[in-house]
Amino acid sequence: MGSALALDPAVLTLIAGMAVVTYATKAGGLWLVGRVDLSERAEAGLDVLPGAVVVAFVAPALANGGVPEWVAAAATVAVARKTGNLLLSLAVGVGTVLAVRQVV
Amino acid sequence: MAETDPSTERATTDRGSRDGATTGSTGSSEGRDVTFTLAGVREGFVTGFPVAIGVAGYGIVFGVLAGRAGLSVAEAGLMSATVLAGAAQLIAVELWADSVPAVTVIATVGIVNLRYLLLGAALRPWFRHLSPRAAYGSVFFTADENWALTIARLREGSRRGAFLLGSGLVLWLLWIAATVLGVTAGDLVGDPAQYGLDFVVIALFLTLAAGLWEGRESVQPWLAAAGVALAANAVLPGEWYVIVGAFAGAGVRMVTHDG
Repeated sequence: MGSALALDPAVLTLIAGMAVVTYATKAGGLWLVGRVDLSERAEAGLDVLPGAVVVAFVAPALANGGVPEWVAAAATVAVARKTGNLLLSLAVGVGTVLAVRQVV
Repeated sequence: MAETDPSTERATTDRGSRDGATTGSTGSSEGRDVTFTLAGVREGFVTGFPVAIGVAGYGIVFGVLAGRAGLSVAEAGLMSATVLAGAAQLIAVELWADSVPAVTVIATVGIVNLRYLLLGAALRPWFRHLSPRAAYGSVFFTADENWALTIARLREGSRRGAFLLGSGLVLWLLWIAATVLGVTAGDLVGDPAQYGLDFVVIALFLTLAAGLWEGRESVQPWLAAAGVALAANAVLPGEWYVIVGAFAGAGVRMVTHDG
């Protein structure tokens, strides 16, 4: 390993490529949907997309977890539904997962 | 859609213009009042802070791995500052450490990041009312976590289009700081799971799911998204399950849509 401030041209090329590709995906969805006139049916699909992304993201993460994650997930959802307070539900979720991991 | 809901008309514009901090376009000729103000940036920044702390836990892990892969503090910090894509960066430095060619690493990054196409598409109903500079500048700061916060906020009726930028900025700053810390401190920090930080992102998405739930309407698309994501996760590499599952959910809704 070189010094802290070392900048290897090969690594810089890698970083530049990664940055361009990543920005293209971040901007691409916004741009693409703007180019086409969407049918009402497609709009309905787009409408459920955020929820579908969230669920698709979380389902495998929970399935791969164990009892601490499941208990904490239930606690998080309960607090979220009851209070709608993000900070509180995050705190309860993380606190629960830590507590149950001590026990299980 | 939220756009046609009259209850979404909230008084965010007056607050935005009162503090005289309008930094970009405010809506379009169609009369939608999505704003892009400093007040919106500030709200996103403050709301995004606790989530950014959780993300920073992974920034430290990324920094440690980047250091082990041979990247200097400057290189790892630069990568975090210009790429800002957690999962993709983690995979990239692992591949780089295994001497995988740069072109292959970059292609993998593109595949891991394909889900951002969907996140951007979902922002369209609000972001099309912003100036191109505001919209395409903001999307650089898209990460899973602050995108989800932003969508939840906008669906609740907020008109603050700058929320993504604000919540992204705080995440970006902590992501860079955590990366630098991780490379510098190396293995001293340990596993973020011991602080429960690994659960922050799950708790965040569950909270958002609770907010996005629309009763019976959500049952079919959500079951499809969850089921297909689980199946895809078992057979497909990387993060394809997010894309495939999300498309399944949206697809079910499109098929069952009448009219």
